[in-house]
Amino acid sequence: MGELLRLRGVKKTYASSEQVQVQALRGIDLRVLEGEYLAIMGPSGSGKSTLMHIIGCLDVSTAGTYEIDGVNTAEMNEKALAKIRNQKIGFVFQQFNLLPTLSALRNVEVPLLYAGVPASQRKERARQALERVGLADRAEHRPGQLSGGQQQRVAVARALVTNPSLILADEPTGALDSVSTADLLDLFDELHEAGRTLVVITHEADVAARAQRTVHLYDGLIRSVTTGVAA
Amino acid sequence: MLGQTIRTAIEALSARRMRSILTLLGILIGIGAVMLTVGLGQGASDAIASQINSLGSNLLIVTPGSSSSGGFRGASSTASLTEADVEMLADQAIVPDVVAVAPIASTSGSLRSSTTTWTSQTTGTLPDWTKVRAREVESGRFFTQGEVDSKSSVAVIGSDTATELYAGASPVGSTLIINGQTFTVIGVLKSEGSSLSGSEDDIVIIPITTLADRFTDGTITIDTIYLSAADSDVLASAQQEINKALLAAHRVDADNADFSVSTQASLVETATSVMGILTLVLGGIAAISLLVGGIGVMNIMLVSVSERVREIGLRKALGATPSLILQQFLVEAVILGLTGGLLGVALGFGGAALINPMLTEQSVSISISTSATLLALGVSMAIGLVAGVYPASRAARMAPIDALRSE
Repeated sequence: MGELLRLRGVKKTYASSEQVQVQALRGIDLRVLEGEYLAIMGPSGSGKSTLMHIIGCLDVSTAGTYEIDGVNTAEMNEKALAKIRNQKIGFVFQQFNLLPTLSALRNVEVPLLYAGVPASQRKERARQALERVGLADRAEHRPGQLSGGQQQRVAVARALVTNPSLILADEPTGALDSVSTADLLDLFDELHEAGRTLVVITHEADVAARAQRTVHLYDGLIRSVTTGVAA
Repeated sequence: MLGQTIRTAIEALSARRMRSILTLLGILIGIGAVMLTVGLGQGASDAIASQINSLGSNLLIVTPGSSSSGGFRGASSTASLTEADVEMLADQAIVPDVVAVAPIASTSGSLRSSTTTWTSQTTGTLPDWTKVRAREVESGRFFTQGEVDSKSSVAVIGSDTATELYAGASPVGSTLIINGQTFTVIGVLKSEGSSLSGSEDDIVIIPITTLADRFTDGTITIDTIYLSAADSDVLASAQQEINKALLAAHRVDADNADFSVSTQASLVETATSVMGILTLVLGGIAAISLLVGGIGVMNIMLVSVSERVREIGLRKALGATPSLILQQFLVEAVILGLTGGLLGVALGFGGAALINPMLTEQSVSISISTSATLLALGVSMAIGLVAGVYPASRAARMAPIDALRSE
């Protein structure tokens, strides 16, 4: 299996004021293989959000290198990063982050829009993605008309629709009840079985337990790596 | 892609319908006000031009006083035109391009018919008056040179004067008493409509010799001499001939001229330039409200950007480049501006349609030209664009994590 993500000595320093500098990440080395299901855990302030931002190309590191699919992101400008996010990464957020005025289908279409996919194909591909998450019959509903679990499934469909190299989920179950959480984790398992690479950031042990490997962060460093229940 | 951006922008605007409408209102009122004021200015200057044109074709006007040395000097020499000047200007050998001459002397006075009294200006002139002023007699006839020579007590009256004094009955042949002197009405003029200087239809015309004989102790004070050029091509040469002849007769050089010769065209030009300034002032005031409308658009776009930081962050996470985000917000601002502009143009036309019937008395109407309409739309679009640039670039520059993080 090939290597999808490669982080070498990644550091991130924020200047919270003139004098005070916060070291959110203090040298992370991490490899994620294609098709792997990885969880990143850690208490708040451990740097897991910062790591998620860097893996998601939402932010760049202050030191070290990060390669995704063999492409080094360190030197990239905002436009190139936007392209990487669009083509290689599918995001799932804690708060779903759907656009409230658009139907589920049109929400799923948004990444295709930025990829420049023509309208006819957009609709078809968005419909397939919704079908994949079991929400084909909710395509015309707006987020407000869907339950939390359904909204998160729409978000997963949106993450899948561009056929990205990586599904990156940030606390995906944080706003869900236990039934919806179980459904979502089952969906993640299915995606993993279908060969998808998943990186899930969470602070819940039972969520992390579904992954093959769990990286534990503490104070901006990887403290330990455990192997979870093999899928 | 742009089509999709426009669709997204319309969706975003209609999601905040009330606010979008209120923002539109600023642009709408501004554009509407500019169109109405500029249209009114245009209409007024059209009206003045047409009234000046209606003074008569190929008209030249000689007035006492100087036009080249300022008004005050001119005012002191108001009696500089004489009967001899009129005779000279009627001489084809001296001014070959002039075909008709009509001096004007006037007095105001009370008019009395057998039933009512009325007050109006009484004008003394020559038979050529109808020719130079392009007026026609509706019923009866105008007076003749013979009646001028014999100082006959005949009068031609305007249609309004006729209505006031004779209340519908035919005035021709009736007696008209002007300041105690008895005249016979021999004709009624065809209606001309009102001008800015008053009704052209409330006048009494009598031979100039009669006016002098009965009302001014035999002296003739000429207010104005109206002349007709043979046709519009010789208007300029006629103006020169008149100027030359009068300078010679008055024994003055051009710098000390005690009269001025103007043409219809020069009057139109002056009036139009005055109206142009007025229009500019009014339009400027209206433009300020447009500016306020533009600031409104910028304000609302800024609010919209700060309200939608999460959306911006999400769109960026999903792959929107900074230039696409910039485009999206710019398009929203331009749509606001353009829609406001379109509605403003509609307001302008609607307002004009509503106000024009009320203006018929003033013989002025609001006239909105196609070029003004296109300009208004262009301006409203530009306002949207300019007002949108700052908010949109703020949105585009936003870092995706900062945007996503905000709650």
